[in-house]
Amino acid sequence: MTTQAIVLRTAGTNCEHETALALERAGAKAQLLHLHKLEAEPARLDSASILVLPGGFSYGDDIAAGRVLGHELRTFLGTQLSAFVERGGFVLGVCNGFQALVDTGLLEGPGKGGPARSIALSANESGHYECRWVTLRNEPSKCTWLEPGMLWPVPVAHGEGRLVFKDDATLARLKASGQVALRYVTADGGSASYPELPNGSTDAIARRLVEAAAR
Amino acid sequence: MGSNAARELASRHLPRAWRIEVFRRDGLDDPDGKRAHAAARELGLARLRSLRHGRGYLLSPELERAKVEEIARALLVDPVLETVRITAPATAPATSAGRARVLVARRPGVMDPVAQTIERAIERSKVAKLPDGSRVRVLTFSAWELEGELAQQDLVLVASKILANDVIDEVRIGDEAVHFVLPGSVSVRDAGAIPLCKASDAELERISKDGHLSLTLVEMRAIRDHYVTAGREPTVAELETLAQTWSEHCKHKTFAGIIDYDGERIDNLLKTTIKAATLELAKPWCVSVFHDNAGVIEFDEGWHVCFKVETHNHPSAIDPYGGSGTGVGGVIRDILGVGLGAKPIANTDAFFVGPLDLAEKDLPKGCMHPRRILRGVVAGVRDYGNRMGIPTVNGGVWVDPRYVGNPLVFCGTVGLMPANCAAKEVKPGDIIVVAGGRTGRDGIHGATFSSAELHEDSVVVSSSAVQIGNALTEKRVLAALLEARDRGLYRAVTDCGAGGLSSAVGEMGAECGASVELEKVPLKYPGLSPAEIWISEAQERMVFAVPPEKLAALLAVFEAEDCDATAIGTFTATGKLELAYAGQSIGSLDMHFLHEGTPKWLRKATRPVVRTDDPATPACADANAALLALLKSPNIASKEWIVRQYDHEVQAMGVTKPMCGERDDGPGDGAVLQPLPHSRKGIALGCGANPNYGLLDPWAMASAAIDEALRNAVAVGGDPDRTAILDNFSWGNCARPEQLGRLVEASRACYTTAKAFGTPFISGKDSLNNEFRVGDEVIAIPPTLFVSALALVPDVARAVTMDLKTAGNPVYFVGRTHAELGGSHYFAQRNVEGGRVPRPDLALAPRTLRALHQTIRSGCVRACHDLSEGGLAVAAAETAFAGERGLELDLAQVPAGTWAKHHDSDAVKLFSESCTRFLVEVDAAHAAEFERSFAGLDCARVGSVTAGKRLVIKSGAKTLVDQPLDALRAAHQGGFQG
Repeated sequence: MTTQAIVLRTAGTNCEHETALALERAGAKAQLLHLHKLEAEPARLDSASILVLPGGFSYGDDIAAGRVLGHELRTFLGTQLSAFVERGGFVLGVCNGFQALVDTGLLEGPGKGGPARSIALSANESGHYECRWVTLRNEPSKCTWLEPGMLWPVPVAHGEGRLVFKDDATLARLKASGQVALRYVTADGGSASYPELPNGSTDAIARRLVEAAAR
Repeated sequence: MGSNAARELASRHLPRAWRIEVFRRDGLDDPDGKRAHAAARELGLARLRSLRHGRGYLLSPELERAKVEEIARALLVDPVLETVRITAPATAPATSAGRARVLVARRPGVMDPVAQTIERAIERSKVAKLPDGSRVRVLTFSAWELEGELAQQDLVLVASKILANDVIDEVRIGDEAVHFVLPGSVSVRDAGAIPLCKASDAELERISKDGHLSLTLVEMRAIRDHYVTAGREPTVAELETLAQTWSEHCKHKTFAGIIDYDGERIDNLLKTTIKAATLELAKPWCVSVFHDNAGVIEFDEGWHVCFKVETHNHPSAIDPYGGSGTGVGGVIRDILGVGLGAKPIANTDAFFVGPLDLAEKDLPKGCMHPRRILRGVVAGVRDYGNRMGIPTVNGGVWVDPRYVGNPLVFCGTVGLMPANCAAKEVKPGDIIVVAGGRTGRDGIHGATFSSAELHEDSVVVSSSAVQIGNALTEKRVLAALLEARDRGLYRAVTDCGAGGLSSAVGEMGAECGASVELEKVPLKYPGLSPAEIWISEAQERMVFAVPPEKLAALLAVFEAEDCDATAIGTFTATGKLELAYAGQSIGSLDMHFLHEGTPKWLRKATRPVVRTDDPATPACADANAALLALLKSPNIASKEWIVRQYDHEVQAMGVTKPMCGERDDGPGDGAVLQPLPHSRKGIALGCGANPNYGLLDPWAMASAAIDEALRNAVAVGGDPDRTAILDNFSWGNCARPEQLGRLVEASRACYTTAKAFGTPFISGKDSLNNEFRVGDEVIAIPPTLFVSALALVPDVARAVTMDLKTAGNPVYFVGRTHAELGGSHYFAQRNVEGGRVPRPDLALAPRTLRALHQTIRSGCVRACHDLSEGGLAVAAAETAFAGERGLELDLAQVPAGTWAKHHDSDAVKLFSESCTRFLVEVDAAHAAEFERSFAGLDCARVGSVTAGKRLVIKSGAKTLVDQPLDALRAAHQGGFQG
């Protein structure tokens, strides 16, 4: 049976078409779905095994990147998303999608979204939006999509991509639970600093993390 | 009034609203504060010790405190990064002692996109109930807190030069009375008759001037005569409609008028030059040229591409951020409104600004510093383009002191549309639907403002013409429009640009008629007069002609995207433009008079003096130093800090990137995109301009600009025989005969050059009043023609970049160098004035481009870089450091013309900016094939790619340049930082 993927979009989502194309090329059946539709019919999640939040500027990134979308996901689909992960669904947040995912609390566990979260994405150290190609290394993690050790080039384009943790314990917890899936490295796999590390993230952790709480 | 009294008065004006201020936590960096602090240091304000930024929000006073706290926690504050201070309505916040505060809020009525998003988020999540939209509910502001021994004038300086723009912002220093109100006064009078029929010439001129109509006496007389015949006086709405539709911005009256060129009569310069070239070339792949919102050409099986470039000069001079942002938004709407609408797939941008290191004392009164202008326009393009999900892939920045008072901003968009969407028609009975942004008092008289000259008081009188856009609204329009198009839910569409609804509806209904009920237009806030609604240029609006049976389905599509769409009238068969407000007629205009009644302008032009002197090309005693200095000069130095702020990857179509090479630091010539994932056909975008040439020789300037745009597109793989070009003229005041004479010469060069290359113009735009007046002195911009090229790429897999690839490969020089250093960077460096300006050899150049294309297409070419500003030396340096490969060249091998002895040959070969020249790395195995392709043309092997990391340029036995790549790179990177 073909894997069913939902690419969730809303006002300001930009990368839904190339994301759907990539999923199709990888063999999935990708369906573009507007957030309002999913709110009205949350059962649509039942038939999918992959949920992707693509890149862009959801709601203009007004207030902060991904903030309003995160708030809407928590408010309208919080329980459904938890249930989706609980039953083994994959969630991928790319760029702005990851910024929203952080706000939902899916990374940190039930009740750890929004005001209760310990992870944040801050403005890049450079102080502005940047678009450039960088190299990522797959880290040993719970994420079954990524083969550990592999290096791959990827374009980043973001203004708020610096992962900041409330305290060291938060980072330790994420590491211990195998939730650090990707790391910025130099082209030959060495330790990255600006510009290979485009945003100044703590421990060079790429924000293009794969949420893999259930796996 | 004493300061105590002032404070007391201010406290009575504390906003009746909940105030939420959000600051970064102690110990975390504050990027906004840091940026502003750095800018303050540039102003010499060493006393400022620290500066931090707080995001401020004002919320309806009716909300309970608990609700306000919940909104702040859930939505406005980051729990890891930020702290919050909540202040009750009409009370002053508990601020820390020792910190001065500057509050910056947008003036009432100026677009506040974040406030809109917050209102919507609150309403949708039902966290609290806000009052209805007739009252102000949410506003945002910035709270800046400054530390240091600062005097009041220091705060005023920082506020006016860095933190706020008086045109759109209201600043509070030393009090907390930030406003919480909707805009008030009416700027255009309500409906009523204007006594015109008996008006004298003097009165006609006064009516035009007082009403900011920008109509000439001849035009006012034509209007008066029309109403005398009609036997009544015009209404305000009618006169405003005529002023908008007849504006130079909309009608191009200079280009379309009659010109007396030293006795020679030119009837319609545009038609006889630029359009004539296209008509005579009669390319079968030109689908729709000059009559729609953009030019459309065939692309691939079942698909067309379209391209439009707009100028947005005057708004950007006054508010760089809003001006360039709405420039981007406007040209995107042109693409949404061409034919039945196209999907925007790429943006381009070009800025012409004053020197970034201009001393503050040399800044003319009423001007913003060029540094601030450039930062602002870059941020405007970045924030709007990135939010729209459209990659910004090509452009340029030019620096010249004559742009200080009147910078130029060009914004372009490329679109992709199914081949059956290129045409549209309006039928009587179709419903008029306006969709997207709501209408407010912003952007009144933009069309007439852009047609007038800037002066030191422009800031004061023109502020209503400036506005902030909301990309999110346009993104919603884009999504809904493309779906409605694909479902066939409308018959025609156009954008609301200059002139607002008056122009959009007037144009769409020109052949039939239209009837509009203005009270139906959705408003941002109450209180607009009908005439204001009609001419407002509020952003992000499109107008559709919808068959009645499809109206419900169309409205549903927009509703699903959370986007306003409203029926506001009907297209009719009356031949009239009928306006009503709440059942009352406020105007009825004859469509024929509106569109055809404009009296032709008659203007005088004199042949410009072209520099024919031939000053010596001085020898270059130290070519290393000369090259490094050129690499650092603002027009040549890297623009990477700008390029990196634009998303050039979104939509995943980019084949070559704006920055090329091993370290992504080489300036690419053109951009190659692959618009359809299933096809290897692509498009290449290039651009050209050279303001240094304009005054010396406008004909050569225009011809060279076309050559440069074509070079850029062909160098990356574009097919010169499938290339379309666009013209964007920005000129000084063409009421002056010598300025108009230059325009005639440049236009004629466009005709001759386009014909020679076989590249039709498909679209264009002109802005012909770019002067800045300070007192009695007028500073005109240099005549500036910005040319954009769109070429088809037969196979994107064969696209090439400008960085050298493999040591050992031969490097060829294509083209011929002449002693053409007039306007060159080398002459500027040596303070040589005048000289011969480069002109392409129109017999050879098209053949050279064709031959180069064939070799790229057949896979011979590994790298290709065009020679432009700074000539061969600069191009060689760029291609070498970008590739991280050494390069050795011998000038003795460079194909060269003949020149008089007073031109130093080595200097000419190193630094001349002659047209149609390239440096090409050829795969060693294909060298013979490459050479054969250029049989009968100028092409010679001049050197090789080397394993050493140095650029070495010799002239026979003599070594002129010998530099490590790192030194070249450092010079190129360090010369132009914003």
